[in-house]
Amino acid sequence: MAPSSPAAGVPASRVVLDDAEIARALTRITHEILERNHGSDDVVLLGIPTRGVPLARRIASRMSEVEGRSITAGSLDVTMYRDDLRRGPIRSLEHTDVPDDVDGRTVVLVDDVLMSGRTIRAALDALADYGRPQAVQLAVLVDRGHRELPIRADFVGKNLPTSLSEKVKVRLAESDDESDTVTIQGDA
Amino acid sequence: MKHLLSAGDLSRDDAIRVLDTAEELLGVAQRPIKKLPTLRGRTVVNLFFEDSTRTRISFEAAAKRLSADVINFSAKGSSASKGEGLKDTALTLQAMGADAVVVRHHHSGAPHRLAHAQWTNGAVINAGDGTHEHPTQALLDAFTMRRHLVGLPGGPGGGAGPRAAEGTDLADKHVTIVGDVLHSRVARSNALLLHTLGAHVTLVAPPTLLPVGVESWPVETSYDLDASLEKADAVMMLRVQRERMNASYFPSAREYSRRYGLDVARMNRLPEHAIVMHPGPMNRGMEINADVADSPRSVIVEQVTNGVAVRMAVLYLLVGGATEGNDA
Repeated sequence: MAPSSPAAGVPASRVVLDDAEIARALTRITHEILERNHGSDDVVLLGIPTRGVPLARRIASRMSEVEGRSITAGSLDVTMYRDDLRRGPIRSLEHTDVPDDVDGRTVVLVDDVLMSGRTIRAALDALADYGRPQAVQLAVLVDRGHRELPIRADFVGKNLPTSLSEKVKVRLAESDDESDTVTIQGDA
Repeated sequence: MKHLLSAGDLSRDDAIRVLDTAEELLGVAQRPIKKLPTLRGRTVVNLFFEDSTRTRISFEAAAKRLSADVINFSAKGSSASKGEGLKDTALTLQAMGADAVVVRHHHSGAPHRLAHAQWTNGAVINAGDGTHEHPTQALLDAFTMRRHLVGLPGGPGGGAGPRAAEGTDLADKHVTIVGDVLHSRVARSNALLLHTLGAHVTLVAPPTLLPVGVESWPVETSYDLDASLEKADAVMMLRVQRERMNASYFPSAREYSRRYGLDVARMNRLPEHAIVMHPGPMNRGMEINADVADSPRSVIVEQVTNGVAVRMAVLYLLVGGATEGNDA
């Protein structure tokens, strides 16, 4: 069922989640979000570009099925809030689309991989400029550890203990034109 | 891209990157908090040797929305009126640690000199030099055209999202630029940038107001406004720059207005989707009729709004990332 890793030639690349496992994880996360928040009434889903956005949309469509109403996900670009902008060349901006007023709502941020926590720190700063949510929660497909900030995820697809020399690669049909996989590369 | 001195220096990809960045930054004006932390701790100096209100406040608003510190330096009531030259002013600004210098100067080429003479480490942005160039005006004009002519198929106020325009250029759009081309840095920058973006530019002016060497520009020229209205997707009216006119370029204001002014009758001959633009400040009744300026076809006020987003994009792309030697 799992497609073989597309990264030919890279040593020791192994698939840790295939498309069916990713689908099951997202379904579980959807139910966990609904359970934690007693339904979807006050929930605003915001994906962090690039791959957080299709993940947030998938969660939104699962949520729509369960709740019997149309729920959409937005996107929140954090580029202008990053703490490493001055360390590298200019990054292009991604699209931001915050569909609802976030004041007093529960915002669920969605991203693909949680590592240092710096992207989420930037997202929290960005969110504060859009309003004052009642609460902010975090859903990630993979938590690979190595946190550098006091940030944790509320909903996790898979905890993946890794070493810093490894790379976690997420591929999604919407953003990469490949079937869904999570692989670990460069085993030390 | 280290400086922005000429619209001609921008490749198609550079220009589209500025426009796409501006498209995202336009949304900042709609948020409860209209500010991004991106240029915190950076200093932007507005160095204006020539009077300007709109360009200066546009750059000032752009820099402040990116959280930069802004220092305004205008020649009037400053050391420049005491005889200080460009070089010493630049060295002073360098000593203060300017990361970007936005310069407007009455002499063509002053920003170029500033950028290449090693007087300052900062990025130099040309905000209008003499009768030479005004690249950010051209970028905001192209941005406005792209939003209306590519992004919004219904024309002004149409329904489709402007995101449809992202990543695109202005291929095969016809832009007519009318008026005082001779003294216009806006026309020159627009001609260069619009050509890069694939648009067809027609300059319409009396023979006395077309510059020498215009035949080497990537444009068509015409003396007859009426002949170039039917195919125009955008018409840009230039200000008659009386302050630069030390000779008589046309017999009378009334004759100029009759032949080269945009009135309602001429506007009605434009295609349904065409937009009317003006870089401002307008001489109502001279190059543009008041009813035209206030009509729904006119995007003149929107140009001002877009100007802030485009200048934010330029500042971000020039000084938002790692810069050599300035981070120590």
